[in-house]
Amino acid sequence: MEPTDTSHPDYYHRVVDCQWACPAHTDVPEYIRLIAQGRFTDAYMVNRHSNVFPGILGRVCDRPCEPACRRGRLDEQKPVAICRLKRVAADHRDDVAARLPAIPKVKNGKRIACIGAGCASLTVANDLMPLGYEVTIFEQYGEPGGLMRTNIPSFRLPAAVLNEEIAMITGMGVDLRLNTPVASLRELLATGGFDAVFVGSGAPKGKELKLPGREAGAANIHIGIAWLESVAFGHVDRIGKRVLIIGVGNTAMDCCRTSLRLGAESVKVMARKPRGFFKASEWELEDAEEESVQIVVNRSPKAFVVESGKLSGMLFDQMEYDLDAQGRIRAERVVGEEFLPADDVILAIGQENAFPWIERDLGIEFDKWDVPVIDKLTFQSSRPGVFFGGDAAFGPKNIIWAVEHGHQAAISIHRHCQGEPVAERLPPGINLQSRKMGMHEWSYSNDYTPVERRLMPHVSLKERFKKLNIEVELGFTAEQVEQEVQRCLNCDVQTVFSAKLCIECDACLDICPVDCLTITHNGTEAELRTRLKAPAKNLAEPLYVSAALPQTGRVMVKDEDLCVHCGLCAERCPTAAWDMQKSELRWPLAADQPQPVPAPAAKKIA
Amino acid sequence: MTFIAKPKVAHPSLPRNPLGLTRRDYEGALSTLCAGCGHDSITAAIVEATWGLSLEPQNVVKLSGIGCSSKTTAYFVSGGHGFNSVHGRMPSIAMGANAANRNLTYIGVSGDGDTLSIGLGQFCHAIRRNLDMLYIIENNGVYGLTKGQFSASADVGTKAKKGETNVQPPIDPVLLAMTLGASFVARSFSGDKQQLVPLIQAGLSHRGFALIDVLSPCVTFNDHEGSTKSYAYTREHYEPAVQTDFVPLEREISVEYKEGEAVPVVMHDGSRIVLRKLDSAYDPTNRASAAAHIQERMKAGEYLTGLLFLDETAQHEFHQVNSTPVAPLNSIPYEALSPGSQGLKKILARYR
Repeated sequence: MEPTDTSHPDYYHRVVDCQWACPAHTDVPEYIRLIAQGRFTDAYMVNRHSNVFPGILGRVCDRPCEPACRRGRLDEQKPVAICRLKRVAADHRDDVAARLPAIPKVKNGKRIACIGAGCASLTVANDLMPLGYEVTIFEQYGEPGGLMRTNIPSFRLPAAVLNEEIAMITGMGVDLRLNTPVASLRELLATGGFDAVFVGSGAPKGKELKLPGREAGAANIHIGIAWLESVAFGHVDRIGKRVLIIGVGNTAMDCCRTSLRLGAESVKVMARKPRGFFKASEWELEDAEEESVQIVVNRSPKAFVVESGKLSGMLFDQMEYDLDAQGRIRAERVVGEEFLPADDVILAIGQENAFPWIERDLGIEFDKWDVPVIDKLTFQSSRPGVFFGGDAAFGPKNIIWAVEHGHQAAISIHRHCQGEPVAERLPPGINLQSRKMGMHEWSYSNDYTPVERRLMPHVSLKERFKKLNIEVELGFTAEQVEQEVQRCLNCDVQTVFSAKLCIECDACLDICPVDCLTITHNGTEAELRTRLKAPAKNLAEPLYVSAALPQTGRVMVKDEDLCVHCGLCAERCPTAAWDMQKSELRWPLAADQPQPVPAPAAKKIA
Repeated sequence: MTFIAKPKVAHPSLPRNPLGLTRRDYEGALSTLCAGCGHDSITAAIVEATWGLSLEPQNVVKLSGIGCSSKTTAYFVSGGHGFNSVHGRMPSIAMGANAANRNLTYIGVSGDGDTLSIGLGQFCHAIRRNLDMLYIIENNGVYGLTKGQFSASADVGTKAKKGETNVQPPIDPVLLAMTLGASFVARSFSGDKQQLVPLIQAGLSHRGFALIDVLSPCVTFNDHEGSTKSYAYTREHYEPAVQTDFVPLEREISVEYKEGEAVPVVMHDGSRIVLRKLDSAYDPTNRASAAAHIQERMKAGEYLTGLLFLDETAQHEFHQVNSTPVAPLNSIPYEALSPGSQGLKKILARYR
């Protein structure tokens, strides 16, 4: 193998699995260390820099970081509760008003329209307001927040948290126009006087289930996201005693738990496939099951049953599946039929973006599924100056993806407005800095703590149903925080190797607790993987291979997969060939791009 | 020296031996030797070898004297028995323990000072008695614990860290052992575990005294330019003569060896080793020619390594010669061990 090019920013970035998995590249280990030091405000600001909504995401993020967490790969260990720790920073921080970016009083003369006041548009405003742009957000409802407000029930995300973090952005001087739906993009483009338009209107259309009885039973058949929206705005405040939820994604979880708070007594979530195929996050399933929601598998909806003009239940096909060795479905068949009585049925089988208000002759190309064609790097549509982000761009994802879309679109909008090519952007970079403080002293906590993941305390089952907006999760206690922060392995404190200093004494190999180091003769990757001290089975994790070592010409190989970043290799190295260095990712945002030099003020001629 | 505790966490797919133990179960306390010390690599090789042999930790006896080397017994097989003796007197303690219980596995770890200076007499007599033990010399050519004076194994012409040159000729433990009739004599290097681990396993399987002289650079006082026992110098002047493949009892020899170049030897416990000659002129089963060859290479400035001499047919192991009982003394009833006052009178009468 060729020596690994560690100067490429991706190499060390990738070692920080959580940060690599986070769409917005939040510096997770750094904020966890700050929490450990009690610096909650600093931890909050580290979060806010990349994910903009730490308080919101600390409760309802989809957490792509947690399945990626290296801790989860160690024997019988669950990942660090990264998301819950984010909430700790948000809950315990001080006022951050003084630490938000300053907004220039003199604007740069460029006006940006954002359509929809959801997380994507708000991120665009957050990134562009400090650069002197004038941002106008058009929102169809009377309150900003988009799907964060309408689709996430308040017992998971309290309105106060939502309002505060949105206010940090709108408070920058955003021209927020509530109750102002955009009916025609043509009109906005023609008469609005905007230099760029950002479409962040989400994926607001719930999928329909066209089965016999759908029209006749319409009064008691609801579309999940629309129904949640009605609940959020207080238009709906009750539901029947027996409720069936069709679909088993995260919206279904919110629908079933909301039903319980509106008077339902028996709630069943109907899944077409077995458990391994569920779209809902594992923790959302757990939370629903804790509330006695029954999840029924292998039931495919067949018909709505309507008796004397009123919905009486639903008919399902009972399914059976043959799975192959990889757990994929090889064959399916119907083995029976079942009727389940119900007073109400909620459909939660997916959602789509919909753009009835975008005329199709504006130069914005739509593909055969009637979805706009968007550049994956720049988020620009085929019409220069019109950008898409969030669920509106590539269909339903989640908040954290929408935030990153917003960041990237803001870069594009900035470059577009400055007359620069939008596809040319600053590349990411990485900085490394040694953590060595002296003999046997490292400026990070490198003790491995064997404690298990802390469990989030919940409001008791008796209390939580009393009102719709009682937040179920209580947040970690001080003791839990103290233990959970120590579970982080500090993956950003990298093991950095200089081949030319190595004397091949084997000290690092001998001490490594997880056997991730080997000195051996070079070979091809596949063959090298078989010759390491411990098998390198995770093919997704690339091997580190050093340059040839001075004394024997062999190479140092590191399998990053299970490294616990304890620093013992560096501690044991007699020549400091190993060093522990903190990597800091520089992920460019709009503010990092070249800024126009302000025109010199006209000289007064005396 | 390290202050960070080695985390208990281990690689989840770490292999287990037939006892169900991983390498980690054969570790000991965390080393307090200098970072990069050759001794720590030897410790790791012992861990690997004892794990590979599936030795039951409670049946291992670790013995040492005084010096950096003698600290290492604390760093492996923490479940075994240990004895840190007076300086240079480890062979006596090993003798006593071995006489009392021949069913345990004895590993003595000593250094060039402990063995070749203060303990030279003890060392010679342990060989002469052919005590059933593995004797490892961690040989670095200096007294590391007293800041780097030349030891009795320092080569002529080697330079100390501060510049003075050694003029006294060294004692070579390998040649000495061969002269004294040792039946298992090997030399290796802490930086070559591929060679060292099978050597340790072979030495532990050998009945009688097995000596492995391991060149083990002192990273603090003897790893500079001009030293003849530094990592760099050892690697440059390192000449494997015989490659030893250890084949445990339960495994068949699976590799094909060409006639003449490989000599399979059945060890006392039924395991086998295969000696592969890397130097065709060398015969590891002929004491006289082997000794001559070692001396010749030494004159040329080379460290000849590998299992340099083996005589698995030697019949003078201590217990064999003295016809001692197989049962450990602690399992023999008191009545059988003590002649009683009447018996004692009879014995004494023989000397009157």
